[in-house]
Amino acid sequence: MSGADAGEAISQIHHEEWARVVASLTRRFSDLDIAEDATAEAFATAVERWPVEGLPTNPGAWLTTTANRKAIDRLRREHKRDDKHKEAQIFYADDPPEPVGAIDDDRLRLIFTCCHPALALESRVALTLRLVGGLTVAEIARALLAQESAVGQRITRAKAKIKANNIPYRVPSADDLAARVSGVLAVLFLVFNEGYLATGSGTDPLRQELTAEAIRLTRLIHGLMPHDGEVAGLLALMLLIEARSSARLSAAGELVSLGEQDRGSWDPALVAEGHRLVRQRLAAKVTPGRYQILAAINAVHTSARDARDTDWSQVLALYDQLVRIDRSPIVALNRAIALAEVDGPGVALPVVDRLEHELAGYHAYHATRADLLRRLGHDSQARAAYDRAIELAGNAAERATLTRRRDQLR
Amino acid sequence: MQYLLSVITAAPGLATDSEMAAIDVFNERLQSEGYWVFAGGLAEPSNATVIDNRGEAPIVSDGPFVESKEHLAGFWVIDAADLDVALELATAGSRACNRKVEVRPFQ
Repeated sequence: MSGADAGEAISQIHHEEWARVVASLTRRFSDLDIAEDATAEAFATAVERWPVEGLPTNPGAWLTTTANRKAIDRLRREHKRDDKHKEAQIFYADDPPEPVGAIDDDRLRLIFTCCHPALALESRVALTLRLVGGLTVAEIARALLAQESAVGQRITRAKAKIKANNIPYRVPSADDLAARVSGVLAVLFLVFNEGYLATGSGTDPLRQELTAEAIRLTRLIHGLMPHDGEVAGLLALMLLIEARSSARLSAAGELVSLGEQDRGSWDPALVAEGHRLVRQRLAAKVTPGRYQILAAINAVHTSARDARDTDWSQVLALYDQLVRIDRSPIVALNRAIALAEVDGPGVALPVVDRLEHELAGYHAYHATRADLLRRLGHDSQARAAYDRAIELAGNAAERATLTRRRDQLR
Repeated sequence: MQYLLSVITAAPGLATDSEMAAIDVFNERLQSEGYWVFAGGLAEPSNATVIDNRGEAPIVSDGPFVESKEHLAGFWVIDAADLDVALELATAGSRACNRKVEVRPFQ
């Protein structure tokens, strides 16, 4: 095997096996630090040896066994042999790897531990990307536009809190499950959104390494909890947004709105997979949660071959359903956009205006108003609203689009 | 594992009768379900005295060690299997005493 082939294979195996190895070691050694370090060392050993010796028959088992040995070495080095508890774990640690089912449960436990509500949201994000996603601290820092030392500290503190507080390594009880799953999904959606619409100025407006990672992790959870409607809903939502990513940025570096996108450049496989998940959720006939409704809205959009064919009354009906469970003003704003398509901009404008006290600092509020005012022929008011939106917009691509629209006014 | 549940309050004054009644019910639950280690309500922070005997002679001063808007009004020490159990009990405790509760593990 050539070095390049081995490198490719290792990076693929890293994606597939990292969380599995960390999760299995966490169960065995009850220590996230040891699990993380030993897994990282096992992969480093693989990078050295596989290009020379060739891939082992079962890379996952090889990695788990190697990581286990590294962990035991570390425990021995730290003179923990007198600790009876650890002694027992060392004793059993050379056992053959667990059957796949048990390890899958371990990954789920790992995700719930990383997304525990006692941890700050930004710690949950960093910890999940590190321990479940297998990203390095440097990669996470780059992705979150944070200092590497700050991310490293955040992860270290979070692990210390988990240990000191005895945050359990298990799937929450049935009573807590829905709330805890929604906490996990919030972390993943945050990662996705950060990649989909990066907030930092001077950064790429679309960062596919983040959206891809969020999709990969959501897919993993969907595989582990296939009957959870909201997990399926979030996966479908991400897929239907990701499908449009190549149409979202023009050659000139502007963000292209849904209505103006070249629909032929959408990814048909991702659209089909997203639609399939949405249909499955509809067939389940269970009252949908937030992510399922958002996925359904995106399914309506991606079903129209031409923007003019969009079934806006269906979109509006879905938003009506969404505002009943999600009181956020941003949802109300998006509903108003659908309302403008169904009943006209004159009906939607006063609805949008009522959101001012909550959304005055949000660029999309002003951009929406500007668009409605333009369609109603109130050009000078539209211009002022575009100006405000441009001032508040988070990245260059958005500013470019808004500037062009403003300059198209008479 | 033991956790300290600290009752945090900004309002002056001790628990009302109905709060006390709810706290009694919660305490009984802690005892009957085996979580109880110790608990107590504290007098107002203005009743505190601080001693510093790190130097040559002890220094006695009036008042709490730190003046803050919020203060510790009481506490429970519980024995729980893990943080999820402790948080569930703290949730019930906060409702019973009608105040915020901080959960902190013992070393």
